[in-house]
Amino acid sequence: MKISYAIKRKLLQIIALGCSNAHVLNFKDGRLYTGKWKQFCNPGLNCYSCPAAGFACPIGALQAVNGSMRFSFSFYVMGLLLAFGTLLGRAVCGWLCPFGLLQELIHKIPSPKLHLKKVFLYPKYIILVVFVFILPVAVTDYMGMGKPAFCQYICPAGTLEGGLFLLAAHESLRRAVGTLFSLKMAILILTVIGCVFIYRFFCRVFCPLGAIYGLFNRISIFHLEVDSNRCTGCGKCRKVCGMEVDPVKNPDSAECIRCGACADACPTGAVCLTCKTKASQTE
Amino acid sequence: MGNKPKISVRTACLITACAFVFYGFTRGEAVTVLNKAVNICLECIGLG
Repeated sequence: MKISYAIKRKLLQIIALGCSNAHVLNFKDGRLYTGKWKQFCNPGLNCYSCPAAGFACPIGALQAVNGSMRFSFSFYVMGLLLAFGTLLGRAVCGWLCPFGLLQELIHKIPSPKLHLKKVFLYPKYIILVVFVFILPVAVTDYMGMGKPAFCQYICPAGTLEGGLFLLAAHESLRRAVGTLFSLKMAILILTVIGCVFIYRFFCRVFCPLGAIYGLFNRISIFHLEVDSNRCTGCGKCRKVCGMEVDPVKNPDSAECIRCGACADACPTGAVCLTCKTKASQTE
Repeated sequence: MGNKPKISVRTACLITACAFVFYGFTRGEAVTVLNKAVNICLECIGLG
């Protein structure tokens, strides 16, 4: 019996969520895991201030190093992102990202489902450049330290995974709540509402990590392959795609998260996810 | 992009990635990441 990509993916998403957030007992007293594993980055978006988090968030780590006194560019984090991107492309978003899984679960809430206009696919690139690369380096304090602008002003994963749990556990943190927290809560609520109506709303509109991995979809080793000889042009793959990509026209689209829904829907088996390159094209 | 140039780009990216990680690790970036990740990030949770 062939297991569908949908089942394989859901299993791997749950395993990835568990591995990324293995220290669940820390939720009880609002402590963070402080072991050596936290010097390594999680491939997906997962706040390192979440009490259960076992690894660093790659976007948070990138800003922390870029904005530090000693460095203004993180070779370490960029190297990890380059490796994840080359190996998997945006399959990281589709198969390994805990926040992606959460968005998909929210989208299951019954409601009218809306399409996303193409223009809304671009803000994530602006956020990546301005909030992740420029502001942490350009806006610094008297010691020369920058702040993680994306985490500070936008990231709803931090508010949800870190903020709410830590505030629930610490009275001293609750006393410090102010305007900034209200702004971040508003973004979190907007994200949740957006995800109810639009598939992976945050992922497609705001996520700078998705923007980075999307750039690798054209070259990633794990990729989507369409056999034009077997494709009948029925369009079923396009209709089932949550990310609104046409896999036949553009299998390497930066928006494709390699979820495999198109491959599951293809009646002739023309679409598949693979690591192999076509031998006929290597000459 | 044909498959041959694609394989070359992939190889170049993976070699660059390994070199970046090694260089970043040896100059102490991982320690900076660790120090940030093991403490509550006030910016991340909306207090900083």
